[in-house]
Amino acid sequence: MSTSERAPIDTLRVFETPEGVDLSLRLAGPVPRAAAYLLDLLIRIAVYLALTPLLALAGIGSGIMLLALFLLEWFYPVYFELRRGATPGKLALGLLVVHDDGTPVGPSASLIRNVLRAVDFLPALYGAGLVTMLIDRDFRRLGDLAAGTLVIHAPAAREVRSLPPQPPQPPDRPLDLDTQQAILDFAERAPRLSPARRAELAEVLTAADGLRGRDAVERVLGIASWIAGAR
Amino acid sequence: MRQQQFEQTHEPLWAEYRLLLQRLERGPGGVRWRRTARERPPPDVRVERLPRLLRSISGHYALARSRGYSPGLVEELHQLVRRGYRQLYRPRPRWPALVRDFMLGGFPRALRRHASAFWLACALFFGPMLAMGLACAQDPALVYSLLEPAQVADLEAMYDPTNARLGRQADDDVAAFGFYVMNNVGIAFRTFAAGLLFGAGSLFILGFNGLFIGAAAGHLTRLGMGEPFWSFVSGHAPFELTAIAVSGAAGLLLARALLAPGPRTRLAALRLQAAEAVPLVAGAMLMLLLAAVIEAFWSASTAIPATPKYLAGAGGWALVAAYLLLAGRSSTGETDDGA
Repeated sequence: MSTSERAPIDTLRVFETPEGVDLSLRLAGPVPRAAAYLLDLLIRIAVYLALTPLLALAGIGSGIMLLALFLLEWFYPVYFELRRGATPGKLALGLLVVHDDGTPVGPSASLIRNVLRAVDFLPALYGAGLVTMLIDRDFRRLGDLAAGTLVIHAPAAREVRSLPPQPPQPPDRPLDLDTQQAILDFAERAPRLSPARRAELAEVLTAADGLRGRDAVERVLGIASWIAGAR
Repeated sequence: MRQQQFEQTHEPLWAEYRLLLQRLERGPGGVRWRRTARERPPPDVRVERLPRLLRSISGHYALARSRGYSPGLVEELHQLVRRGYRQLYRPRPRWPALVRDFMLGGFPRALRRHASAFWLACALFFGPMLAMGLACAQDPALVYSLLEPAQVADLEAMYDPTNARLGRQADDDVAAFGFYVMNNVGIAFRTFAAGLLFGAGSLFILGFNGLFIGAAAGHLTRLGMGEPFWSFVSGHAPFELTAIAVSGAAGLLLARALLAPGPRTRLAALRLQAAEAVPLVAGAMLMLLLAAVIEAFWSASTAIPATPKYLAGAGGWALVAAYLLLAGRSSTGETDDGA
């Protein structure tokens, strides 16, 4: 994980995989994590309430209730982190718990970060955890610091990527790599932009040639098609 | 190579890889605990291709980035690499073997590695217990310095020799078991976690529980309720008291990382010591589960006379000592100490 001093102020953390490429993780801050915690709390309360009919069984029932309370308090997060990568509340908010090398959390780290909740909770309502998260640049609470874990946003569901079909048109002059990328980016985003905005953006490039409106958009999409290699 | 040519060349490989990822990510959160026949991918998607495919697609991702292909393609390849990376490097603990090796040797070995922390925790726990016990056996007023009068009355009621069940007022064994697990394992976990407060938390929990147990023992013995009390506690005490000291030792490891990190940053020392403490915490939990079984189904019984209970207690101490001192020493044992 790169935490070099020159890294920009960002919640994106880049690390190199053993395959030699850079992957980036987007860290989750206190707000979505608090929301996930509340969701989990509701789920745990619901499970507990669903078990209350057991109390009718007197002795054995209350024994099972107490065991359930114990498991819900300490092992609910551990179980789901090992089984699914995060608790149901976190999954609902699109969060995952990972080691700080991006791999899914394992048994040892999961136990540490969840048992140390007892200290993060102090003095009340995760006060210590919140303060630590706000101080730490990776939003880690005390349990995360000791376990070496991060809470990240799961990769967003990928939108369909396709360049709009357009006959290729070579550009008038050589384009540098950044410009080529900007044009390709525009072409991929074009279907999601309003026609007026699409034209406005395309005219940035074609104004010098006197192309306006639809013509400008078609010209830029044609160049994109040419850059991508359509023949 | 132009982008479209690049995509056309590699699309078959990407398609195979996507299919493989879908298979792997299905099932319980993508974790394959057991590969049952129902979950096994069809022969055309072979799981063992994952490392090779991930390596190829990592290469494609790097190429796409450096050649300035469209951001959409770069992002798509990035996501593919991320998903494959999660699958390839997912920890896959083999629980039965892990738990067996841990109980047969991993736990005692871990404790012996941290013998100094364990003895310190023992001193902080049994020291106040012994002192308070002896003092309360002499001084009838001293118990009230620690406990409320109502608590003392409860305590006396619990060990009333005329009770049907010793050591508690609840009359059901299973309910008592549930309570002991929740309460005692909770205390062990908190004792460990509280070590993060520079050790002060663990120190306090160990000392307070030591004083409390000592006060109860001394007070009840002085009142002539020695036999119900000692016969009740003797069975589970070896496991329960040792486990609390073990969890205290785990907490002291965290404290040492913060107070005396040695040649590391405090953060690095904390990470290291927390991982070292995990087997102690897990071991303390297992010992407390055993103690809860004994406490609920054996200790409380009034049908068993005191002498066998004392003998069982002595046997328990011998067993704990032998286990912690000797288990896991054979050279043929497993070497994996992870919990």
